[in-house]
Amino acid sequence: MGKNMLWISAWKDKGSRWFLGALALLFIAAPILNQLVPASSAFHLSTYGLTLIGKYLCYALLALTIDLIWGYCGILSLGHAAFFALGGYAMGMYLMREIGPRGVYGNPILPDFMVFLNWKSLPWFWHGFNHFWFAVIMIMLVPAALAFVFGWLAFRSRVTGVYLSIITQALTYALMLAFFRNDMGFGGNNGFTDFKDILGFDLHSDRVHVALLMITAIVLAVSYLMCRAIVESRAGRVLRAIRDAESRTRFLGYRVESYKLWVFVFSAILAGIAGALYVPQIGIINPSEFSPINSIEAVVWVAVGGRGTLYGAAAGAVLVNYAKTYFTTAIPEAWYYALGALFVLVTLFLPSGIIGLVRSRTNKQKGLRMQSDKGERPIE
Amino acid sequence: MSIRPGKILYIENLTVSFDGFKALNELTLYVDPGELRCIIGPNGAGKTTMMDVITGKTRPDSGTVWFGDNLNLLALSEPEIAQAGIGRKFQKPTVFEQLTVFENLELALAGSKTFWNTLLARITPAQKKRIYEVLDIIGLAQQPQALGGTLAHGQKQWLEIGMLLMQEPQLLLVDEPVAGMTPQEIERTAALLQSLAGKHSVVVVEHDMDFVRSIAKRVTVLHEGRVIAEGDMDQVQKDPRVIEVYLGG
Repeated sequence: MGKNMLWISAWKDKGSRWFLGALALLFIAAPILNQLVPASSAFHLSTYGLTLIGKYLCYALLALTIDLIWGYCGILSLGHAAFFALGGYAMGMYLMREIGPRGVYGNPILPDFMVFLNWKSLPWFWHGFNHFWFAVIMIMLVPAALAFVFGWLAFRSRVTGVYLSIITQALTYALMLAFFRNDMGFGGNNGFTDFKDILGFDLHSDRVHVALLMITAIVLAVSYLMCRAIVESRAGRVLRAIRDAESRTRFLGYRVESYKLWVFVFSAILAGIAGALYVPQIGIINPSEFSPINSIEAVVWVAVGGRGTLYGAAAGAVLVNYAKTYFTTAIPEAWYYALGALFVLVTLFLPSGIIGLVRSRTNKQKGLRMQSDKGERPIE
Repeated sequence: MSIRPGKILYIENLTVSFDGFKALNELTLYVDPGELRCIIGPNGAGKTTMMDVITGKTRPDSGTVWFGDNLNLLALSEPEIAQAGIGRKFQKPTVFEQLTVFENLELALAGSKTFWNTLLARITPAQKKRIYEVLDIIGLAQQPQALGGTLAHGQKQWLEIGMLLMQEPQLLLVDEPVAGMTPQEIERTAALLQSLAGKHSVVVVEHDMDFVRSIAKRVTVLHEGRVIAEGDMDQVQKDPRVIEVYLGG
């Protein structure tokens, strides 16, 4: 049992092999291509490229958390970017305190925006964020607490389906409005930026960006294995049972609301970590991260990649964001139309996403030697 | 509390109304341990509502429901009632379509059902043995790895009955088990339900009179939310009120 089993079971699964293999390759290649390959070479990975890949990986982690609750438990959260943003803000608060006296106003305690707003002392909720360990706890605790309270109320009242999706939208929208306010103490619409360093390492150096990228790859791989451990367990089968026939599951004696709550909280914690990894790499966090469209986009990534596979969601996040990067530089005004069209097309023609397409192709090539998607599943 | 001890289920003076319509009207009904009881009645007689109250899905306006001599079902939630030993098969067969037959039965296993326990649970040899026993009973031993959704209609019904058996319930509530079945499937289902009685108490709600006649020793007739007749099939069919309800008067 334990860790070894997890690796072995992931290794038996083709999708997991590809996914973890790609992360391992990135983990090895990124430092080499950035640090060892000279800047003049075509194979050199620029700072911009590093940041871009780092961003994709954070989004992949966010997609993973959505797939865990949507693909496996049928909870369609259209507000998951809120947990991502909260984790990001917690990291941002640490990075702001880390600036210290190097800010424009040179105040050793107060971040610049507070001096600008004529604040005399640090608000109570900013205390402790000068310690990295404290920020790390908050990165997980704040999204977890919000998810717990929200989930406890929603799941106990048996709010499901489209109603749940709508209130998650309302949740992230309300948070966005709150964080826009200057007197909330989170920098208003400018949010946090101009970070200097993390744990004393210069955030403007390529080496630190390479390290952050490598850490993100590790966190993504570990999160993937943890999610997989959950969905492969009996609890994971209960989650799928809830997704497909909730009241049947209840009559078998399962407390459906408690299953939903724990998986929702876990998902929110991982989303918070994704946001915390995102902020130092991108260098800014502001209330637009809470905007409802962000959460919807994240759901589209999962749908495009293929839900209920975990790695499909991660692949979808990378592919859609790669397309977005391309579109928003080539034809910026067309992006949201393209995104909408993509969602409609995938829903109509590719209900299992790109992964579903790849799977059915490979199964055909094998001449249906495996009937895995048709009716038979390999014995475990 | 009750004047007749030793029953597995006591329903007394149960009333449920929906917007003024009394789905159950002072219903009183007892079930003996190990009994196979059939409940019949025209549409809207309150059969499904009665099942809903017993399993905690619907709360009554008044009345009492006791499971054995000391468990008040009206104070328990659906999962608690299931854990206490009451299994329910729905009218429409509901198995987990994306899980295999084996996994369907695994989830129905009796035992702790909290998130943390199932997260770490591993199937024991004894549990595996029990699953294969039930697979034999329900006639699906040949296809434990088939997905639930790929089964034929009759097989789904049996799988669902199998899931009830995994829960090791004292009382099985079975809602219209033979609806949509072929004659051969009906015959097999009758044998299956009869083999379960004795070890479990079985309450079957059914429209199919031939089926009821073939399995039931005691039949209860519901009409407009109350019991209008109870006895063996022949007695019940001679009852003038039952004739009136069924043939129209």
